[in-house]
Amino acid sequence: MIFEEIRDRAIREWEGLRNSGRPLILIGTATCGRAAGAMEVLERIERELGERGIDADVVQVGCMGHCYAEPLIAIAKPGYPPILYGYVTQGTASQLIENFILGDDPCLEFALGALEENELIPTIFDMPRFRYERRILLERCGFIDPQNIDHYIANGGYSALVKALEMTSDEVIEGVRRSGLRGRGGAGFPTGEKFGICREAEGEPKYLICNGDEGDPGAFMDRAILESDPQSVIEGMTIAAYAVGALHGYIYVRAEYPLAVERVRFALRQAEGLGLLGQDILGSGFSFGIELVRGSGAFVCGEETALIASIEGGRGVPHPRPPFPATSGLWGKPTLINNVKTLSIIPHIISKGADWYSSIGTEKSKGTAVFALAGKVINTGLAEVPMGTTLRDIIYGVGGGIPGGKRFKAVQIGGPSGGFLPESMPDIPVDFDSLTEAGVMMGSGGMVILDEDNCMVEAARYLLDFTQRESCGKCTMCRLGTKQMLNILEDITNGEGRLEDLGLLMELAQDVRDGSLCGLGRTAPNPVLTSLSYFRDEYEAHIIEKRCPALVCEKLISYYILPERCERSCDACVGSCSVEAIYAGKGGVKVIDQEKCVKCGICLDSCPPQYSAIVKLSPLSLVPPEEKKPEKSEEGDG
Amino acid sequence: MGQIMDEVIEDETAFVLRLYSGERKNLVPILQDVCDRLGYLPRAAMERIAEHLAINRGEVYSAATFYNQFRLSPPGRHTVKVCMGTACHIKGGQLILEAWERELDVDVGGVTRDGQFGLERVACVGCCAMAPIVVCDDVVHGRTRPTTVKGIITNLNEREHDIRGDSGQGD
Repeated sequence: MIFEEIRDRAIREWEGLRNSGRPLILIGTATCGRAAGAMEVLERIERELGERGIDADVVQVGCMGHCYAEPLIAIAKPGYPPILYGYVTQGTASQLIENFILGDDPCLEFALGALEENELIPTIFDMPRFRYERRILLERCGFIDPQNIDHYIANGGYSALVKALEMTSDEVIEGVRRSGLRGRGGAGFPTGEKFGICREAEGEPKYLICNGDEGDPGAFMDRAILESDPQSVIEGMTIAAYAVGALHGYIYVRAEYPLAVERVRFALRQAEGLGLLGQDILGSGFSFGIELVRGSGAFVCGEETALIASIEGGRGVPHPRPPFPATSGLWGKPTLINNVKTLSIIPHIISKGADWYSSIGTEKSKGTAVFALAGKVINTGLAEVPMGTTLRDIIYGVGGGIPGGKRFKAVQIGGPSGGFLPESMPDIPVDFDSLTEAGVMMGSGGMVILDEDNCMVEAARYLLDFTQRESCGKCTMCRLGTKQMLNILEDITNGEGRLEDLGLLMELAQDVRDGSLCGLGRTAPNPVLTSLSYFRDEYEAHIIEKRCPALVCEKLISYYILPERCERSCDACVGSCSVEAIYAGKGGVKVIDQEKCVKCGICLDSCPPQYSAIVKLSPLSLVPPEEKKPEKSEEGDG
Repeated sequence: MGQIMDEVIEDETAFVLRLYSGERKNLVPILQDVCDRLGYLPRAAMERIAEHLAINRGEVYSAATFYNQFRLSPPGRHTVKVCMGTACHIKGGQLILEAWERELDVDVGGVTRDGQFGLERVACVGCCAMAPIVVCDDVVHGRTRPTTVKGIITNLNEREHDIRGDSGQGD
């Protein structure tokens, strides 16, 4: 089939769905939607439509990036603009069917906004966040059915491949080079240059790998793209393969993303079915096949040489570079390996041109960056902004700031290889070079926001614990050095640290950095180094005063019931305590038995807000002595 | 799932091995498939895999112990995975994990004495916007609290019968 026919048929199907005269319901069923209950909502919608005999189309779509408001549904009813609803429960879904689909009340009280310009209600693009956002990679996410290739094609998909196949491979590479695109996996290597090196490299056959082993905790944009717009990754891979002359590709998706695996597998079959993948693609004479490889849960496999070792069939242990994979990778052959986002932006660059792309972003970091916002921020989810947008605009403009009126403390950026940026640097432009200068890394783009209730020492301990567990064990400094660093941090969070440990920590950090082969070890000390340089006072409070300023470190805090605030006849905390550590003391005032308390924090949640009688205290010596068990009086016993 | 009979191990492993040639690169996919079908990698299965690929048993064991997804002992009837990613951690993931440990009376990595529940930690399931996350038998629960543990267990018991239906799909 020639592409025009494929495209015309796809457009007919897409337009048919949009102009069917029937109501169309889109529901986001990517993983975050599911975690919020989207499948239950879907079930309810389908059941009610069936029971009431309503003729409507229901389409499952991916993630729109507004994860904070999941489950999301959009309803397009003839005569109304398409409207997006957030925080949908089974109950709201029923109401929408009753009042909007059957009636004519669009239930604007549940609406986030319209999806198209109209006279009736503001669009979601009028939200303040869209002043900062510019969606290119995420444009289609949440608006098309990821399991229907026609939706992708009808929205411009695969026209870049057609265009690329009419160009020479050198022209494709030159276009990518001129666009200024840098690898989105974290290191920011110029993509066009990598293409060129791989193209020139000696050895046949050449391979192409899409690195979808998004291991950085806190990053989920690759998952969102693979689940919501998998064809864009496949198209990007095919164009890249054509450019470098690869005949066979692998798409490596981590095991923790079962839905992404399922959707990519399905998408590959659809692309093959239409001749957009496989032998003699669209009659061009160019052939390229893609195999899906499931990861098995090893963080280090996100490192390219480890990933290659893993595909070859064994332990995913990194190798020294050079040689770089572009000259000697999979089975010793030239291998182009790129991140999901890098590859899925390629079709846009081919379609709209290198100049268009390089007009976005900063001098040295072109294009947009996709960030995953999580942690203590109001609008958790995905954000796509031009490179160079300031941290403040991302966290406050797009993210909506910190919930609960709390104070912003730091942002953990770039996963365990990145570091912390303090509140004192809100105007730092977020691009590859500015971040590296500040001692952190772009990484894959995860941003976890910390507020005043988070302890920096404990957060650094957590990240080091993560890298230490995930160290493959090949390099001594990474295997043992991180362990020693972790021991020191544990001592500090347990109130057993010494001031001279901080110097030792710095020294070890340098050694781990110098003595490790791959990025995992070389960057493992970053969270410790950045937290030490920006939050040294917190380390000192733990060491000198045995105090955790954020009231997090279990060994340094006590839960305590303020007698003057305790409503004596209320038993909420007593009932909630999982270890029966709370009892009624003198006059019915509740008392926590500090010996029994496991510091789970449930009582704090259960104390009715009008009393708020339960507090955390640090250091332990703040707990008034009479509250301690009379038979045991030594200090500092948790 | 509990302990599996030798014949089942033999049959399931043989079934998977029929799908793959003896090329070395098939090692990890074979381990994945066997682990999906049996719930863990019994020694006998690893020995059969080594024969099939004509490699040393040690190499199979080395790959099986390298990756977090593989387990070498039978899992619980239900698997509870508590996400320990950064976003979950800063929103109290550790407290959630401890709450599960107390409620199930088992340490993370272990299986309850009655074989009903296995408790595991997972690095990050990429659902950070909904943190803290707990995945029970492939159902993702978002915004959990230590107080929601009991509810999730009740839920699991109710779903008991259709669990087979929606568990992860094989290759």
